[in-house]
Amino acid sequence: MIVFLLVLPLLASLVLLFLKFKFAREFALVASVIELAASLVIASQFIKNADVQFVVNQPWITSLGINFSIGIDGISLLLVLLTTVLVPFIVLSSFKSTENRPSNFYGLIMMMQMALIGVFIARDGFLFYLFWEVALIPIWFICLIWGGEGRGKITLKFFIYTLAGSLFMLVGLVYLYYQTPGTHTFDISALYVAGRSLPVFEQSLIFWAMFLAFAIKMPIFPFHTWQPDTYTVAPVQGTMLLSAIMLKMGIYGLIRWLLPVVPLGVQEWGYVAVVLSVIGIIYASCIAIVQNDFKRLIAYSSIAHVGLISAGLFTLSKIGMQGAIIQMLSHGIVVFALFYIIEIIFERTKTRSLSDLGGIRNLAPVLASVFIIVLLGSVALPLTSGFVGEFLLINSLVQYQIMIGAIAGLTIILGAVYMLRTFQRSMSGETTKATAGFTDLTTHEKLVLYPMVILIIAIGIYPTPLLQISEAAVENILIVFSDFSASVK
Amino acid sequence: MNGLYLICGLGFISLVAEIANLKKALAATILLGLSAATFLVVIDWNSNLHYYNDMVVFDNFSIAFTALIIVIAIFWFWMAKDYFREQSHQTDRSALILFSIVGAILMVSFNNMAMLFLGIEILSISMYVLAGSKKESLFSNEAAFKYFLMGSFATGFLLMGIALVYGATGSFHIAKIANHLAVQSNELPTFFYTGVILMVVGMAFKISAVPFHFWVPDVYEGSPVTITAFMSTVVKIAAIAAFYKVFSVCFSSVQSTWITILQVITVLTLVVSNITAVYQIRVKRMLAYSSVGQVGYILLAFIANSATSSGTILYYLASYSVASIATFSVLHEVENANESANGFNGLYKRNPMLAVVMTIALLSLAGIPPLAGFFAKYMVFAQALDHGYAGLVILAVVTSLVGVYYYFQVIIAMFLKEPDGAFIRLSGSSKVLMSLLVVLTLLMGLFPNWLISLLGQ
Repeated sequence: MIVFLLVLPLLASLVLLFLKFKFAREFALVASVIELAASLVIASQFIKNADVQFVVNQPWITSLGINFSIGIDGISLLLVLLTTVLVPFIVLSSFKSTENRPSNFYGLIMMMQMALIGVFIARDGFLFYLFWEVALIPIWFICLIWGGEGRGKITLKFFIYTLAGSLFMLVGLVYLYYQTPGTHTFDISALYVAGRSLPVFEQSLIFWAMFLAFAIKMPIFPFHTWQPDTYTVAPVQGTMLLSAIMLKMGIYGLIRWLLPVVPLGVQEWGYVAVVLSVIGIIYASCIAIVQNDFKRLIAYSSIAHVGLISAGLFTLSKIGMQGAIIQMLSHGIVVFALFYIIEIIFERTKTRSLSDLGGIRNLAPVLASVFIIVLLGSVALPLTSGFVGEFLLINSLVQYQIMIGAIAGLTIILGAVYMLRTFQRSMSGETTKATAGFTDLTTHEKLVLYPMVILIIAIGIYPTPLLQISEAAVENILIVFSDFSASVK
Repeated sequence: MNGLYLICGLGFISLVAEIANLKKALAATILLGLSAATFLVVIDWNSNLHYYNDMVVFDNFSIAFTALIIVIAIFWFWMAKDYFREQSHQTDRSALILFSIVGAILMVSFNNMAMLFLGIEILSISMYVLAGSKKESLFSNEAAFKYFLMGSFATGFLLMGIALVYGATGSFHIAKIANHLAVQSNELPTFFYTGVILMVVGMAFKISAVPFHFWVPDVYEGSPVTITAFMSTVVKIAAIAAFYKVFSVCFSSVQSTWITILQVITVLTLVVSNITAVYQIRVKRMLAYSSVGQVGYILLAFIANSATSSGTILYYLASYSVASIATFSVLHEVENANESANGFNGLYKRNPMLAVVMTIALLSLAGIPPLAGFFAKYMVFAQALDHGYAGLVILAVVTSLVGVYYYFQVIIAMFLKEPDGAFIRLSGSSKVLMSLLVVLTLLMGLFPNWLISLLGQ
């Protein structure tokens, strides 16, 4: 069953890439909806405990101890759902635009989906790395072929930057692999045992090798320099994939492949990671305030949000990790909706510059209302999805250290500043030359945005089911640290 | 061994084909003959046969590399068919190529230094001539001349080295030399070590490791593109296999003499070639430097010498050769279409298939999963880490990132830039060849187990 989640998008992608037929969009949409249905079936059969479920474990490259091993626990399930829910909407959001070579475009999106799901369900270090890298190729081509001005250089920087991180992660993984007993294996539990048994110094080295990969992917300050350019230059579907789903790979990597693998390394360097993350929050928020380009602004806001998530994770507390997980989902939905709104505005006005916009609210009240709900989700107003996550995260940081919590809490204020400023600049005020004749949302656009609005509010009002899904898995990961502090005492 | 006879026979058939008026059937005969030779070689698997007073041995190592050489040669003939069709001297050229394959096979199956030397010379002399086979081109002449001068110089080093080693150990036979070294490691004369170092120099020349690589860019660029493809695949496989055999079998007990030199050579090869490749404008020259760079990774597997080294090197060479043949067949089509330096600009618009094949081949060379090139690099890195070469691995990681930079420049140019010429038509057979190479690259990446464990334990 779970293999189907990988096979379906792969087949769809191959069909699209090789048989360039006319109904590529419809085909991609149908494939991704079937994928969504399949993931919902899996979710309905999921039992809420810490065990990994639906395990498939087949030998693959036996001489190197590599197995095709996949399985789902609570954390994986939520991220798989995030992917399968968002991809149909990403496909749907592109229906109107007239991309050239649509067949290739959707083929790459489907391949991306396969790799993303693979990353979230891999239970073998090598397999995880493989999917992690494979995800990079389609997104690079999406940005390269359908991107905007200056994409050659910018996407190359993006590629090399992320590849550099992942190669260091590979070195770290291989090092762990050689610490496993016997003929060596990449199995996740064997790697956990191997990593935990290492002395502090070696754990620290592995911590940095792997943290680098995840920090670049997310990105955490100061490894973020590829991100604003890439988000801006990518086609909007590429930006959505990058920000709504792909950066979650980095956070997921932290949760699954860093914290439980080298607990001593994490305790040694966790504080540095928290500080870097918090610096990122403030730094990115401040830059976001002065941005004029709409898309760039959201790109920086994304750095700020991710900073908060990773800071919360490194507090190594249950509420921090639960908050991080719920905030990943919320951020995925919110940022997807934001980028889509930007695209709608750009399509009609041909500009993303805030100074050229204004007065859209008078002409397009529905868009303005949707925007304000999404925006409130982004600034974490109570009863929106963003609130649950940020509340838990900031709470965990305050318990971790009051000063850090206080500084990180500024994110809510700064976030409100740049988001409300954006709203004011674009939606209210006088109509400008660019926004004259602005039309309201079409049915097709409503079809994409309304479900997002519903999700934002629904998660905000009743997040318990989601929190329950991941709870057992989170405890399972944190148990290492309580064991450790117990043994230290 | 029967395979070797058969290829020799094919060479003679080619020589007389002009007189006997068999030119039309020649290509088919060669392809059939090479396929038969592959079969004849492979059926000897596990039999470990010795020939000519133990001068030549066909153990599993030799058979695996011989089979690889012949298979790649078949692909090469397939790709280079118009090289024989267009101009004159068709039969001479195919005879030379066939004889150089014979030389290559001797280089991987020798059991005696004299045989190694013969193999190298049979291979090299054919290649000197072929490098200059575009007779009216000045660059081709320059390539042949340079290759000949530098090559014979290197051969001199090698021969002197062999002579000194013979003087110290009293044997050409590699197993006997190894025995002698193991028994009398304390009483070796100084000139023995000189001999070993001279052999390192001579062989490093043949595998084009830095700093003995200066001939590579000019020779690769000046030679006809098909010959460049042959040099960077078949010749390279043979040279590296010979290098590995000499040093891991024969001189492994005096490792301390040459291992430091080899480490330095590895570092230089990785750094210099990859950085120089960044600054190349012509794709062919870039590929020349990149092929030097790939040698660096193979050397890394070599200095982390263990039971699995030969398997890793075999897999690396197989993945590299398949990807190289693919890039060169694209380059060949592009150069046929127009001679300009920027034939790759906008290639996707001129022929999507060429661009996609080139992209996959370059991704494989750059080591991007799940292609074969990734596994090759992965195994090298893993093996080196296992032997404690963490610093070298980090360096290799950095240089492979540099590699990504220049390989991707070509990909970006193919997809983004404006096309520089008309649509390129492909013949059916080149389409089949390219698809086959791409599928092989993917399959080797997804199911590497078989090839890796072939020479395994």
